Amino acid sequence: MSISKKKPDTYYESIIKNGFSRRDFMKFTAFMAAYLGYETSAIGQISEALKTTPRLPIIWEHYQECTCCSESFIRTDHPIVADIILDKVSLDYTLTLMAASGHQAEAAKKATMEKYKGEYILCVEGSVPMGEDGIYCCVAGKTALQQLQEAAAGAKAIIAWGSCASSGCVQSAKPNPTNATPIHKIITDKPIIRVPGCPPIGEVMAGVIVHVIAFGKLPELDRQGRPKAFYAKRVHDSCYRRPYFDAGLFVEEFDDEAAKKGHCLYKVGCKGPVTYNSCGSIKWNNGVSYPIQSGHGCFGCSEDNFWDNGPIYERLTNVPGFGIEANADKVGMVAAGVVAGAAAGHAIASTMSKRKEHKERVDSGKDVEKQVD
Amino acid sequence: MTTISHEYKRVFVWEVPVRIFHWVNFLALFALIATGILIGNPPALMSGAEATNQYWFGINRFIHFAAGYIFTLNLVYRVFWSFMGNKYANWKVFFPFSKKRRKNMGHVLKSDILLQNPKNSDFSNISVGHNAVASFSYLVFFILVLAQIATGFALYADNATWWFPKLFAWVVPLFGGDALVRLVHHILMWFVIIFSIVHVYLVFYHDWLEGRGEVSSMFGGFKFVRKERVDTKKDLND
Ligand code: HEM
Ligand code: SF4
Ligand code: SF4
Repeated sequence: MSISKKKPDTYYESIIKNGFSRRDFMKFTAFMAAYLGYETSAIGQISEALKTTPRLPIIWEHYQECTCCSESFIRTDHPIVADIILDKVSLDYTLTLMAASGHQAEAAKKATMEKYKGEYILCVEGSVPMGEDGIYCCVAGKTALQQLQEAAAGAKAIIAWGSCASSGCVQSAKPNPTNATPIHKIITDKPIIRVPGCPPIGEVMAGVIVHVIAFGKLPELDRQGRPKAFYAKRVHDSCYRRPYFDAGLFVEEFDDEAAKKGHCLYKVGCKGPVTYNSCGSIKWNNGVSYPIQSGHGCFGCSEDNFWDNGPIYERLTNVPGFGIEANADKVGMVAAGVVAGAAAGHAIASTMSKRKEHKERVDSGKDVEKQVD
Repeated sequence: MTTISHEYKRVFVWEVPVRIFHWVNFLALFALIATGILIGNPPALMSGAEATNQYWFGINRFIHFAAGYIFTLNLVYRVFWSFMGNKYANWKVFFPFSKKRRKNMGHVLKSDILLQNPKNSDFSNISVGHNAVASFSYLVFFILVLAQIATGFALYADNATWWFPKLFAWVVPLFGGDALVRLVHHILMWFVIIFSIVHVYLVFYHDWLEGRGEVSSMFGGFKFVRKERVDTKKDLND
């Protein structure tokens, strides 16, 4: 931990001090610029920024989560991300990765919060339980809520890692026993970047961090507070199986011929058409593959409340309030049938109820019939 | 037994723009529902074929979106016409809350829906354009399809470059994500289908009972009213 230093090193200085070459550094900036979707001219800008700006202190909190976000991050395919940005340079506090523990760790966090008030970035992994005064998740004797409020007070910006911090994820699935709550519903006076996914792709996380430290401001966000560079497109719209979708060639069951041929997984519940993420283009595990490429439909893991968005292996979502088996079409067909039946009943009833009125018209019509030739 | 054969006069009710609207609306809705059902649950056609030369699902979706645009523009055109057209096409007709129209609503509910035979069911109660219950149902239908348009274009917006679909981009955050928007879009379709069943049935019912050309009015534009009504100027629809 480097908080004792008077003037912190710049990123470049720390990178070189840690044994990387300038060439490594330049490769890294080119790599980041590409992920962020910038032109090549931005490479210079990013490397310039990393050379001149002193490192931004980062406090990384863990609340109700499984640490899959950290796991994903440290597997980013460029070593500088894991070694430098995360491990040696910037993280002033993270329970999972720091060497210190217990009181020492808490002291380090406190020191950073005081020394860099208004400057540090707060990264949050996990949701905050609000039920029972938050006793479901306590760190260092305080509830997650207290920890979050304290850490957020002096933060420059907050990054909500993963679906837990940005929408609640599995802990907040119905019936949400701990009243797990995402960060933006608790902290409303700080800029928040939501980086959903279970976990988010490591390169996406690195891209967000590098953007913040290199440019000193948040990346461009969409309406839901997600960085546009990574969440502007549906998985479906960058999926390599898309030609099968457009051709109407679908897998019906996971062991059928179509599945072997790699047809579209739409009908076995793929949520790609309703999920915004970069899986189709950046992929996972250093670009090796992603769920659809491995034969499994998209889970929709980066969408709000994806655990409650209906069955995973079926196309049509259940209609809330109509039991487990009722999907929208079944309910609709029954309702349409009932209405058609009611119309038929009405038709029969009206031939009886209106018979006098109708007969009058028929009779007068027949009268006229006689009068014409 | 001889019955009195009433004399009838021909009224021009539905102007050409109204009739065009009606049938474009019908065709577009038909296409939207047919292609929408296929989008929601595509059948396993030609599953053995190669993808290279096929695009039927893409075409199906294209028809859905094209029909969606036509449907929306047609509706805009009808709203415009409700300020230009005759009294039966006027926007005021769709807000049947005046005393007269409320009375007509009561009459229709009693006589046509509950099939009672009120004593004084005289000719003045029969509406010339929409009856009050029908026009109210069109108001509900209008709101329903506005929601359908909003959810449809919200799903469409992400891949669009034009500003018009983007106008609806705010709908997605409102529902928290595409998944719920799609479900709502799908469920609303069933309300549209149910509306259509009731609508078509009641048109036939009125034609059958009243014999004033209810069905053909949407083709030729005319309905018939009793001569006395024209003479006594007892009219509900002004
Ligand atoms: C009232 C008329 C409409 C009906 C009955 C209708 C019906 C449907 C249905 C049943 C689906 C499948 C939903 C699902 O199960 O996921 C669908 C999808 C869709 N509809 Fe409509 N729709 C209508 C109007 C519109 C309009 C006006 C638009 C605007 C362009 C639109 C755009 C879409 C889009 C973008 C999808 C998703 C298709 C995909 O991504 O594959 N719809 N519609
Ligand atoms: S597999 Fe999923 S994401 Fe890919 S084209 Fe099919 S539905 Fe879309
Ligand atoms: S394919 Fe879907 S479920 Fe899988 S990681 Fe990407 S967004 Fe999440």
